[in-house]
Amino acid sequence: MSIAATFEIEYLQYLDADGKLVRDDLPAIARDVRQLVELYKWMLYVRVFDSKAVALQRTGKLGTYASCLGHEAAHVAIGSAMQEDDVFAPMYREYGAQFIRGVKPRELLLYWGGDERGSDFSGPAHDFAWCVPIATQCLHAAGAALAFKVRKEPRVAVTVVGDGGSSKGDFYGAINVAGAMQLPLVVVIVNNQWAISVPRSAQTGAKTLAQKGIAAGLECLQVDGNDLIAMRAAMDHAIKRARHGHGGMVIEAVTYRLSDHTTADDARRYRPDNEVKAAWQREPLKRMKAYLMSLNAWTGKEEEDWKADCAARVDVEVNAYLETKSQPVEAIFDFTYAQVPADLAVQRAAAIAADRHN
Amino acid sequence: MPQITLIEAVTQALAYEMKHDPSVIVLGEDVGINGGVFRATQGLQKAFGSERVIDTPLDEATIAGLTVGLAAQGMKPVAEAQFEGFIYPMMEHIACHAARLRTRTRGRMSCPAVFRAPWGGGIRAPEHHSEANEHLFTNIPGLRVVLPSSPGRAYGLLLAAIRDPDPVIFFEPKRIYRQYKEEVADDGEALPLDVCFVLRDGGDVTLVTWGAQVKETLEAADALAEQGISAEVIDVATLTPLDFDTIHESVKKTGRCVIVHEAPRTAGFGAEIAARLAEKAIYDLVAPVERVTGYDTHIPLYRLEMKYLPSVERIVAAVQRTLAAS
Repeated sequence: MSIAATFEIEYLQYLDADGKLVRDDLPAIARDVRQLVELYKWMLYVRVFDSKAVALQRTGKLGTYASCLGHEAAHVAIGSAMQEDDVFAPMYREYGAQFIRGVKPRELLLYWGGDERGSDFSGPAHDFAWCVPIATQCLHAAGAALAFKVRKEPRVAVTVVGDGGSSKGDFYGAINVAGAMQLPLVVVIVNNQWAISVPRSAQTGAKTLAQKGIAAGLECLQVDGNDLIAMRAAMDHAIKRARHGHGGMVIEAVTYRLSDHTTADDARRYRPDNEVKAAWQREPLKRMKAYLMSLNAWTGKEEEDWKADCAARVDVEVNAYLETKSQPVEAIFDFTYAQVPADLAVQRAAAIAADRHN
Repeated sequence: MPQITLIEAVTQALAYEMKHDPSVIVLGEDVGINGGVFRATQGLQKAFGSERVIDTPLDEATIAGLTVGLAAQGMKPVAEAQFEGFIYPMMEHIACHAARLRTRTRGRMSCPAVFRAPWGGGIRAPEHHSEANEHLFTNIPGLRVVLPSSPGRAYGLLLAAIRDPDPVIFFEPKRIYRQYKEEVADDGEALPLDVCFVLRDGGDVTLVTWGAQVKETLEAADALAEQGISAEVIDVATLTPLDFDTIHESVKKTGRCVIVHEAPRTAGFGAEIAARLAEKAIYDLVAPVERVTGYDTHIPLYRLEMKYLPSVERIVAAVQRTLAAS
C-alpha cells in the first residue's frame, strides 16, 4: 500500500497557564509590549462588561444574554488582527472582537435587550451582525470573501463558529468552497468544549477540530485559545496569507466556556464543578497579567485603576442603553423592504391605529 | 425583433443586466460551461468569465449562504437552484438571513439577491423535479415571490427582480420554458413587480392564476367564450407582496372568482386570495369562490402527473359551478 496523503496538525502556544513562555521564537505581537498591554486592557474591559451584562439580566434589565467569559483572548486577538476593511461575521458572543472594531457596548445591550437598532451598530457598516442560526455565518463570510475575490480587493473575511457549530453542514460548506475557490476566508473554531450541554467529545470522532479544514484543502492550526500571544500570532498569519491570495485557513482556538451557555442556561445540570474549577486555572487573563507583570509592564495598581476605569466606562454604556426609548410601532414594518409595499402599508396603518387606541 | 422562448428570455435578461451592471453575478450548479441543465445561463460564462458565472460546489446551502454574503457586500447575485425540489437546503439562508437582513440591521445591510429555480410539474421529470412550492415562500416576510408566465414577462420581471433592492424568489415555470416564442425586445425595460397582469378582459367570471397554469386558464377562457361565457384572466405574477386591488376590481365587475394553481390546495396561495375575497369582496360575490388546484398529495411520478395538474376541463367545470350557483 502506498500513502495517498498525510497530514498533521500543529499546536501553537507561547504562554502556559502560569504566564511563562514555552518557546522563545516570539512573534511580532509579543515584541511590542505596549501593544500587549493595550490588548490585555481590552480583555479586562470585556470581562468587566460581561459581568455587568449578566447582572443586568439577573435584575430584569436585559433579556437573555450569551456571556463571553473565558473567551477574551481569542476574541481580542481576532478583533485586533483584522483591518477595518476586512469583514467580520461573528456568532453571538465575540464581543471583544467587536468592541475593538468599534461596536459600542450600548449597541450590544440593545440587541440582547430586544431592540433591532443594536445591530445597526457603530462598527464597520460591512460587518455582519450577531448570528444565532448556528454556523450559517460561515457561509456569509465565504460569500463576502468571494465578493472580494471577484472585485480583486485585498480584503479578508473572518468568521467564528463554535465546537458544536463545526458539526454543521454550513461550516463544512464554507471551508469547502473556500478551498475550492481559494477564498480569503479565516474560520476560527472557538472550541469552548460545550455546545450548551453537549460536550466536545460528542460532536465528532475527529481528534482535533482544526483538522476538519484539511479535507477542504485549507491550512489548519490548533491554538491555545487562552493564550493571547498565540491566538494573535495565528490570526496575523492567517489574515496575511489570505490577504495575499494564498487562501483560507481554519484555526481551532481551544478554550473553555466558564459561564453558562446563556443566562437562560444552568451549566451545573450537565458539567462537573471540578472541570470548571480546573478550567479557571487555564483562563486567559490570569496568565497574561502574570506575563506582563514579569516584564514589569503592568502593576497591581494599574490593574485596579484600569478595572475602576472600565466599570465607569461600562456604566456610561449601560445608562445609554437603559435610557434608549423603544422604537415606535411602525418600526416593525419600516425595514422589512426597502420601501413599504402597498399591501403591507395597510397593516402598518392598522398597527399604528391599534397602538393609539391602547 | 427576435422571437424567443421563456427560457431564452431568462438568458437574455441575465445577459443584459450582467452587461450593464458589473455587480451582477450568477452562481449555481452547472451554470457555467454547461449553461445550466435547462440552458438558462447558456453562453454567459463565455461572455462574462468564470468569476461572474460561477459553478459552485454541489451544495444548495452553500449557494444560498454565499448569495447572502455576496449581496450583503455589494454584489447582486443571481443564484440558481437547479430545481425547486432542491431548494429546501436553501430555506434557512432565505428565511433567516436573506429576507431578514434589512430589518434586523434596521437597514444597515440588505440582500439584493435573486434566487431562481425552475418550478412546477408537467415535464415527465424524475422524482423531486416537479414541485410547486411557492406557498412555502409567500409566508416569509421580506421576500418577493415572482412567477413569470410568458417570455415577455420573464424578461421584464427578471430584470426587475435583479434591480430590486430586496431578495426575490423567481420561480420559472419549466413546463412552458419552450412552449412558444414571442417577440421580446432586448431593451432593458423592466416590468413592474407587485402588480397583477390582466391578460384577458371579461365580465362573467374572474380567473386568477400564475405560472404555467396561465396556459390552461387562457385555454379555459377560450373554451368558455365558445359557450358565451366571458372570463377575465389575471396573472398574479408577484404573489407577495400581493396586488389584491386588481383582483378585487375584477371581482367587483364579475361577481365570480375561480383561483387556479398547481400547488397543493390547503394553505396554497389560493387560500390567501380566497380569504381576502371573503374579507373584502363578500358583497361583490354572487357565487362561492372556487379553487382548482393540485391535490393535498405529493405530485405523482410522471405517469399520473397530468391527472394531478389542473386541466382546462377542471377549470371550465369550476366556472360552470360558479355560474350555476347564481
